[in-house]
Amino acid sequence: MPVREVDGKIHWQRRSSAREFALWFGWLLLVALFVFCWQVMNQQTLWDFVPDAPRQAADIAGRMTPPRWSYMERLWVPLWDTLNIATLGTLLGIVLAVPIAFLTARNTTPSARFIRPVGLLAIVSSRSINSLIWALLLVSILGPGLLAGIIAIALRSIGFIGKLLYEAIEEIDHAQLEAISATGASSLQILDFGITPQVLPAFAGISVFRWDINIRESTVLGLVGAGGIGLELSHSLNTLAWHQVSLIFIVILGTVILSEWVSARVRHALI
Amino acid sequence: MNSRIGGIDAAGNYPQHWRRPPFISSPWLRYGLACGAVLYLIVGIGSVEINWTRVWDGLPRGWAFVYGFLAPDFFSRGEDIRAGILESLTMTLTSTVVGILISVPIGVGAARNLAPPLVYGVCRSIIAISRSFQEVIIAILFVAMVGFGPLAGFLTLAFATIGFLSKLLAEDIEEIEESQAEAIRATGAGWLQLVNYAIQPQVMPRLIGLSLYRLDINFRESAVIGIVGAGGIGATLNTAIDRYEFDSAAAILIIIIAIVLVAEYSSGVIRKWVQ
Repeated sequence: MPVREVDGKIHWQRRSSAREFALWFGWLLLVALFVFCWQVMNQQTLWDFVPDAPRQAADIAGRMTPPRWSYMERLWVPLWDTLNIATLGTLLGIVLAVPIAFLTARNTTPSARFIRPVGLLAIVSSRSINSLIWALLLVSILGPGLLAGIIAIALRSIGFIGKLLYEAIEEIDHAQLEAISATGASSLQILDFGITPQVLPAFAGISVFRWDINIRESTVLGLVGAGGIGLELSHSLNTLAWHQVSLIFIVILGTVILSEWVSARVRHALI
Repeated sequence: MNSRIGGIDAAGNYPQHWRRPPFISSPWLRYGLACGAVLYLIVGIGSVEINWTRVWDGLPRGWAFVYGFLAPDFFSRGEDIRAGILESLTMTLTSTVVGILISVPIGVGAARNLAPPLVYGVCRSIIAISRSFQEVIIAILFVAMVGFGPLAGFLTLAFATIGFLSKLLAEDIEEIEESQAEAIRATGAGWLQLVNYAIQPQVMPRLIGLSLYRLDINFRESAVIGIVGAGGIGATLNTAIDRYEFDSAAAILIIIIAIVLVAEYSSGVIRKWVQ
């Protein structure tokens, strides 16, 4: 127990003096780094705009209210498109992610030395790049439209589903696999009867969770031309039609809350 | 598995074959869901319009991108890339630090076992607002308010950090070991002493882990919000893709992936060291 002596009395301390000192030094370093970054970041900031920000915010808020409710009739089709991007993208992502997860998991991979690193690289690349960037790329390759959005969502989902699924596969109970292989099952049958039933609930939960996130992400894909309600958002922003923007925000908020509720209910039923 | 007890059928015979139990036990729900899924797939895929000639025209560009990944060009836009990455990194660090500083009190306020109902309600609504919108949408609003540049990005990421970190911190505080809090209370400690000696040591390792994770997320997001003008590498990436300079775009993506990898590895090391 670290203690300190003051005037002949022993006082309790949480840490020894050396650790305390190291901790303070660490904090000092962090503060210095923060100040340095702040200065580098704001080299080109025009501070003249900043005092004006509250007035700008009030101005935008004034333009946003009331939302133009009649615009809603033009939002139903983009909203349906957004749901399609998220759902079909998630399905495509699942189809691509499941084999990758099985090839990557340490206990099911055919080759831990060659195939596993490739799978890990695919998962990390997919996870590092936001779906909006994938969409940006795909719009320039495939042209604007829903297809670019669907593939963008799918490519981003591979990393998420793949990572969580391969971790689930690595954590399964091996006694069940031994029982199945004791019946003389082939390795495919072990996969089918031993591993799949164990990871199926986790897999369903992961997929629904990702679908929920994808709904959120697909609402903004239209900003780069990949279809859905973001396209309307982009039009309204470009024409400075703030009362349409606010209606779109309300619709997005409603969709997100609804999808979160659905996903929470489904996952609750699964677990 | 047969639904009859013991698996004996009406004629008194034992079943000869085992059938695996279905994932969804109610047949109505099972077949209903399957029919609904098929119906949705037909309608959904039918409503996707694909311009095949445009896709066909784009294929060479797809190859150009794949080729760009094999031979990335780090140099012809080197100065832009360097400035963009620097902006992204500084934005990430400052916004994460400020976001943590703000989200700790909000997280404490949103924990049911520490905060009075009124404070709890206010903090929970702040979290809900911050979590509901995509970073890109928040970035659009901040760009409209403070102009183009990394300051708007900084504000966006700090705001998004609050929702993420406060929520997880609050959940963590609600799940602490109550006996330790009771022990501290029994010594006659005040509220602040309770937080400092009973709560903080229990949640600190996880708070550090979450902060590092958020640092990682903020960096990835900083690459995106540049598309709407909020600073960072996103603007450079957007320009490169718009000009079909896929080799430069691939270079930027490779740098992003590498930084995320390094961040993930070092956060693993730091987390191990903290625990």
